[in-house]
Amino acid sequence: MSAPPMAAALRTALRGNVRRYGMVIALAVIVVLFQILTGGLLLRPLNVTNLLLQNSYVLILAIGMMMVIITGHIDLSVGSVVAFTGAASAIMLAEWGLPLWAVLPLALLLGAAIGAWQGFWVAYMGLPAFIVTLAGMLVFRGLTLLVLGGESVGPLPESARTLATGFLPDVQAGGVHLLPLLLGAAVSAVLVRMQYAARADRIRYGLPAASPAAAWAGYIATAAAVLAFCGALALHRGLPVVGLLLLVLITGYAFVMRSTPAGRRVYATGGNEKAALLSGVDTRRTAFWVFVNMGVLSALAGLVFSARLNLATPGAGTMFELDAIAAAFIGGASASGGTGTVLGAVVGALVMGVMNNGMSIIGLGVDWQQAIKGLVLLAAVAFDILSKRRAPGGGRAAGDRAEPTGKVPVGGAAADPGG
Amino acid sequence: MSGGAAVLRMRGIRKEFPGAVALDGVDLDVREAEIHALTGENGAGKSTLVKVLSGVHPHGSYTGEVLVGGEPRRFAGTADSERAGIAIIHQELALVPQLTVAENVFLGNERVRGRGPLATVDWGRTTVEARRLLARVGLDADPSAPVAGLGVGHRQLVEIAKAIAKPVRLLILDEPTSALNEEESDNLLRLLLEFKARGIASILISHRLNEVVRVADRVTVLRDGRSVETLDAARGEVDEERIIRGMVGRDLENRYPPRTGEVGGVRFEVRDWTVDHPDRRRAVQGASLTVRRGEVVGLAGLMGAGRTEFAMNLFGRCYGRYVRGTLHKDGRRVRLRDPGEAVAAGVAYVPEDRKELGLLLDAPIRENLTLAALDRVGRRGVLHAAREVVAAEELRTRMRVKCRDVSQPVGELSGGNQQKVVLGRWVFARPDLLVLDEPTRGVDVGAKYEIYQVIRELAAGGAGVLLISSELPELLGMCDRIYAMCEGRVTGCLPASRADQESLMRLMTRTGAAPTGETERRPG
Repeated sequence: MSAPPMAAALRTALRGNVRRYGMVIALAVIVVLFQILTGGLLLRPLNVTNLLLQNSYVLILAIGMMMVIITGHIDLSVGSVVAFTGAASAIMLAEWGLPLWAVLPLALLLGAAIGAWQGFWVAYMGLPAFIVTLAGMLVFRGLTLLVLGGESVGPLPESARTLATGFLPDVQAGGVHLLPLLLGAAVSAVLVRMQYAARADRIRYGLPAASPAAAWAGYIATAAAVLAFCGALALHRGLPVVGLLLLVLITGYAFVMRSTPAGRRVYATGGNEKAALLSGVDTRRTAFWVFVNMGVLSALAGLVFSARLNLATPGAGTMFELDAIAAAFIGGASASGGTGTVLGAVVGALVMGVMNNGMSIIGLGVDWQQAIKGLVLLAAVAFDILSKRRAPGGGRAAGDRAEPTGKVPVGGAAADPGG
Repeated sequence: MSGGAAVLRMRGIRKEFPGAVALDGVDLDVREAEIHALTGENGAGKSTLVKVLSGVHPHGSYTGEVLVGGEPRRFAGTADSERAGIAIIHQELALVPQLTVAENVFLGNERVRGRGPLATVDWGRTTVEARRLLARVGLDADPSAPVAGLGVGHRQLVEIAKAIAKPVRLLILDEPTSALNEEESDNLLRLLLEFKARGIASILISHRLNEVVRVADRVTVLRDGRSVETLDAARGEVDEERIIRGMVGRDLENRYPPRTGEVGGVRFEVRDWTVDHPDRRRAVQGASLTVRRGEVVGLAGLMGAGRTEFAMNLFGRCYGRYVRGTLHKDGRRVRLRDPGEAVAAGVAYVPEDRKELGLLLDAPIRENLTLAALDRVGRRGVLHAAREVVAAEELRTRMRVKCRDVSQPVGELSGGNQQKVVLGRWVFARPDLLVLDEPTRGVDVGAKYEIYQVIRELAAGGAGVLLISSELPELLGMCDRIYAMCEGRVTGCLPASRADQESLMRLMTRTGAAPTGETERRPG
């Protein structure tokens, strides 16, 4: 086995990183592109805050959808469930006069029940998720129309609106909100610390790691991106309530998927259900809970969405499932299951969100917006699959998409040791 | 047979992959009407060589020359090599299960009426010719039956019928008998000899050296991507020891590691275990057996004897319907209703089909290794990444898994190394009873020995091992006692010291009889 020359090694490393961080880089390019196209409007503090508020529910849904897709399933009912739970919440808040602290758990419970219903058919009865959730899409849209009587319900009490559009109380110094800055500093410190530890581990175990220069560039880019984002929030109205909610959700779910046996079971179930089963993983229970989780997150998104519109409408949430699915795939999920990360889903959702926002600012019609987003989805997945085919191997990073199992890539024999 | 004209000549074939040289100067000559065996350890380059020959690796992606019938050839794809009369039967069969036998035989080579875009399938000719081809390969199957209903052995024959439906000069068989039982393997080898008599040359890639010795005229041995030697049966050079020496580069003195450790008291006892297939046919009828502490117990049987069904049902009812039967661990009854409970009770099952049932192919080696014992790499429900890497590295060394690092996806490893990873998962889980279903199928001699060593270590550590195998020498070499099954019943048990292939075969073919022979008397 001859050692590859330096140039080849460098090329491999670069290619690996492009694949690994491909979507992050793509997100950065899209941000810069629209910053220029919109004449600097995109990254104005007001618009950054808006971006976060506008995309909050898609981000929430993308996290759940990523887990469903990792398990090897799909959920088409998300938009309808958002509408139904949003409608139920609005009725409880506006018509029954229940306080938010009572409605929130009830809505989440309703979402859990819906998820359990669909999870039961998929996991325990073995029906294809595509069919079960297609049925769910119709059923819950119908139920939404039924409970709303075809009309909108609103407005909602002040407390509910705070959830979607409010800001956390804050200390100001010269028009700058301090809370986002503190939070930004903390988050970037934690992220850099995680990257540093991961690299140190790789070096300790003799695995290929990024060069010091590349590593530092990564730390600085991470910290700069987080601080710039938080700085924008600080210059506008501070930290939105929903921003804190998202931070908690993203951190929590990323942790669960990366570092707990439960997360590992989700990956195992999607990667090879039979092998997981024979290793003692209760694959049916895993799939069931992933759907319950999706239901709960849909209900949360439904509540946030209604609160944001200050209204529950029969047509709410239409096509949300497609936004969430697109976010997951742009963010590196594999259609055959077993791969993808929570952070990937977040990046995917942001790609979609920034494009929506940017194209609206420059005045592109919905017609063009749809077509362009479709092409971006196609390009993202094509890029990923093609780069994967050229260079087999690599870890389970965002943008790492496996070929269907059992199909050995042509270059697969490369890894035959001693060959 | 020596002196026949060369059908195939490969000269100085070199094939590189990014970061690895798969083939480094391979020469191969195949003469007319010759059975030429290609042997070598997993990863020696056999599959890559076949891919070069078939055009999967097109001309230009390798160096060296390929001559077919004396003419230099530059295959750009598999269609080119087929046109040159080279047909390949792959390890993983390339049949469409939903289509009929006849449709599969003529897939991509349809018997048609008319020409060009207006051609329609000529079903009459398709059926008649399929029947003729099936007769030629000795398969008594209905050409209009779907392939899904056929067993592996018959599918293999359909694949061969498909190959000879085209004008073929050279037939390449990649591990054709690894999934077949003894009788089916015999049939297949007879078929090769028949083809030879008709002037068709074949290249046989096989880990079953006894079969190679039986039928091969010459044997080319690959090691580390090089062709190290070609042995000629006419000169009396072809025997198993000689081939093994060539493959591993040294004499393998003992094919089975010596017994170590003491056999203790009864650890597991199965009584009257009865299982139905999902379609309610009886699969296992009243099977009883015991496994002692530190004991390696064999389970012999022909295909369809119910061994796998028995083991999988025992392991948390993974297969079929549980009818009755009890399992006792250390004298106490345990109920295993799902694999999770089985794992919790210290029972492990290593399946035969590692790709389908054993591995998360896209996931890194370390995640595959720790899957069955995640609590051992974490604390209070949180996985510890560094601890997982350390544990995986330890297992990798202990199991001698050849890989880049433990974060490499397991799908990139060779078959023997994949099997070591599956086995490693259970070594890590520290089971009290380890059920191994054909652990060395499709695995080369060197890796086999290493797997045997791990089995010995586990037993020496106090675990009981139940070894299911179709290779009788393996059972005789590894086990302390051997049970035999036939048609879902345990037909007897012999201590290895008093067993031989004949006595086992008698028990394995004892149909419809009550258990007799040296059956274990139940203690207590």
